[in-house]
Amino acid sequence: MEILSRIVLTICAIFLVTGCETQKDSTTNPFDSTYQALPSEATILRGGTILTGTGARLEGADVLMRDGTIINIGKELDTSNTTVVDVNGKWITPGIIDVHSHLGVYPSPGVRAHSDGNEATAPNTAEVWAEHSVWPQDPGFVAALAGGVTSLQVLPGSANLFGGRGVTLKNVPGQSVMDMKFPGAPHGLKMACGENPKRVYGSKGQSPATRMGSVAGYRSAWIDAVEYRKKLNAADNGKDEPPKRDLKLETLVGVLDGDILVHNHCYRADEMAVMFEIAKEFDYKISAFHHGVEAYKIADLLRQNDTCAAIWADWYGFKMEAFDGIRENAAILDRAGACTVIHSDSAIGIQRLNQETAKVIGAASQVGLDIPPERAISWITSNAAKALGIDEVTGTLEAGKMADITVWDGNPFSVYTKAQKVYVDGSLVYDRDNPSANPVTDFSLGTAAWHGGAQ
Amino acid sequence: MNLRYMLICLSVFSINPAIADTISITGATVHTVGPEGTLDNATIIIKDGHIIEVGEGLPVAEGSTHINASNKIITPGLFSPLGEIGLSEVGAVAGTNDATQRGKEFAASFDVADAFNPRSLVIGISRVDGITRAGITPQASRSGGDGNASHVISGLGSVVHLGSKPGFLTKRGAIVVVNFGESGSALSGGSRATAIQVLTTALDDAADYHLNQAAFERGDRRAYSVSSGDLETLGDVLAGTKAMLFRVNRAIDITVVLRLAKDYGIKAIISGGAEAWMVAGEIAKSNVPVILDGINNLPNNFERINARLDSAKLLADAGVSFTFGAGAQTHNARLITQSAGNAVANGLSWDEALMAITLRAAEIWEVDETVGSLEPGKEADLVIWGADPLEITSYPEQVFIKGESISMHNRQTLLRDRYLQVPDEKPPAFISINN
Repeated sequence: MEILSRIVLTICAIFLVTGCETQKDSTTNPFDSTYQALPSEATILRGGTILTGTGARLEGADVLMRDGTIINIGKELDTSNTTVVDVNGKWITPGIIDVHSHLGVYPSPGVRAHSDGNEATAPNTAEVWAEHSVWPQDPGFVAALAGGVTSLQVLPGSANLFGGRGVTLKNVPGQSVMDMKFPGAPHGLKMACGENPKRVYGSKGQSPATRMGSVAGYRSAWIDAVEYRKKLNAADNGKDEPPKRDLKLETLVGVLDGDILVHNHCYRADEMAVMFEIAKEFDYKISAFHHGVEAYKIADLLRQNDTCAAIWADWYGFKMEAFDGIRENAAILDRAGACTVIHSDSAIGIQRLNQETAKVIGAASQVGLDIPPERAISWITSNAAKALGIDEVTGTLEAGKMADITVWDGNPFSVYTKAQKVYVDGSLVYDRDNPSANPVTDFSLGTAAWHGGAQ
Repeated sequence: MNLRYMLICLSVFSINPAIADTISITGATVHTVGPEGTLDNATIIIKDGHIIEVGEGLPVAEGSTHINASNKIITPGLFSPLGEIGLSEVGAVAGTNDATQRGKEFAASFDVADAFNPRSLVIGISRVDGITRAGITPQASRSGGDGNASHVISGLGSVVHLGSKPGFLTKRGAIVVVNFGESGSALSGGSRATAIQVLTTALDDAADYHLNQAAFERGDRRAYSVSSGDLETLGDVLAGTKAMLFRVNRAIDITVVLRLAKDYGIKAIISGGAEAWMVAGEIAKSNVPVILDGINNLPNNFERINARLDSAKLLADAGVSFTFGAGAQTHNARLITQSAGNAVANGLSWDEALMAITLRAAEIWEVDETVGSLEPGKEADLVIWGADPLEITSYPEQVFIKGESISMHNRQTLLRDRYLQVPDEKPPAFISINN
């Protein structure tokens, strides 16, 4: 947001005309969130097993929410003037958050006309924004909601070194992407290491054709960003004319200013280590490595850099850089104290991130690593929120946070358990017990999903 | 390595195969998936790789290796019905992939069993999760689009065991794989109708060839659309000694397959079947089995627009025989238990779910005389579990294939055990791992 307001100020500096005052108002930024929480009533979830997302597990406890916010968590809360929902025998967790989704940009049906996730025309397309490709009618959003997902980051693909900006959404259907944008969430910048960029551009006879070419590409871009930032700062200080707006460099400067969070697709341990060197050279932070199939090999390095590893539970073998995938990846990261996140990168996987997490719990227990549910849940809630820069407002069940809550009909780490009720900002947006009230995208009208198939 | 884990490995299940001609496993809850149903405190006697006896409270066989499996659960080995185990090492590394042919010369007779690698790393990884047998099947051609039979008809699939014993083939060339629906359209010239035409032309040629073989050899017969090897293979399909697997999802495409199967007297198998639930009655009446995806409920394309999570339950209610594995294949074959578990979460009975990923798959490949359930006379493929095998957190404690207690180690456990070590002054490359 900071960079946009600076640009607005810059524009004002050039055109000293009336009306600029109103442009300074944040509501005039293009593509700002127009998300509005749906109507809600004060509600108490009464007597459930609560995994708070902060590492705690409470038995027989209540959650009170009002006006979209968690008011209190505890036992025997006062129920006056609130709707009481009996959750005895149910489990309550923060709403699930997926840090890596392509819903909307690679929607269902996945026909070529819908393929809007990769601007694979140049290795640096930091100027594109995933939100400008999001199709809100993707049936995958509703399917993810039925899997307890309340927020997600939609990212561009990994064809490019700089794929463009990612956007964090509230998983509530809207008519436009602006209607779904998570208010105040920072943009992400998708970067990509490894096989994909060098394959896409190397096969066209362009750079990068090698990993070293990729690193040269990142560094050259950051050098340009540093120069652009100097010009912006000089203009801010009245020392020079502002440069012409450059969408690509605005994104990169947003990273250098700390306003945009880097989400770096990177599989191999050695490549992640190299990316840390680049981040150091240009003084930016990598919020999360995505996929991180070999993250377990550098768990300490990730912890030291305060960078999350957003990974699959068990994907391996589909490409060379995924050859060393093991199911204990997350367990080893967590043991080392690194920020561990389970992500989906899949319209199917996003529907059961709880099961993906459970795979790791089971594999870890085979080698004597005990990961209790109250700890594991953080991988798909609070740690995910941290990676997205929204942990101040969501990701845990704590008083004052958004009432983004999933109620499960049992232990969420069982294959037999399903999300039963999903609240976003205190509003019941999905209720397995009341299918006719659940959202159905336009595309799904008349299909099985309409009749409750995509449960 | 964790002490508890090591004790399990060493004291309970570790067997020297050389002296383990006869094995008695006692005390477990045994889901036979056979006529005996589920047995409590049951004994399984294994001799020379076969199950000799299964029953409640049977004594330990004299001179046998005794395995106490009290409080454990035993199921038949799991059966991955489709995919490229042993045909694909790394998906994106071309040289390690042998399931696809690019040429036009062979259609039905392209036999992936000739390329099978019994030492594939994927085998070691899959079997420790309970996969003991796998159907290995050819993929759709990467070229195609010109209406050539070799693109619509992918070739022959076989059944392999994932153990270490020699003679990896359980059944060679039992199924011919055919691509219909959107894929068949793309491979045949742009319409589902062309894919059907390519297949029926080849089948008609095969029928003609078998009636007029001598004339063909003399050169007195018209040219055929496929090679003589393909004509032989398709002849087996027409004679009913090989089945034909159709990759289809759309309801009407399934109906077309059922009609073709009836017209030509073909034993058909539906793979995919996203909309099979819509024509479940027809499928049941035709006695055609379905290989389901299990968890893909999205309209990825227009032929899956009515996909749903409770497909398996709906097929079961209609009396259709089905298994899972159209989605979880090759590297992900080990996820068929997740498909089965999710089907249970969506209404299927637990027993039917287990039967789907064991006996039903064996029936589809017509190897159910040999494997698929725990019955005397069958080969001893079985899995010892500490907890509910369909539960997502459950992994096998020991797997037997053809009576052999297999190594529960693989490349992934080596990586795991190396990086579970607390970092030392020396780099991980110096950490040796006992296998």
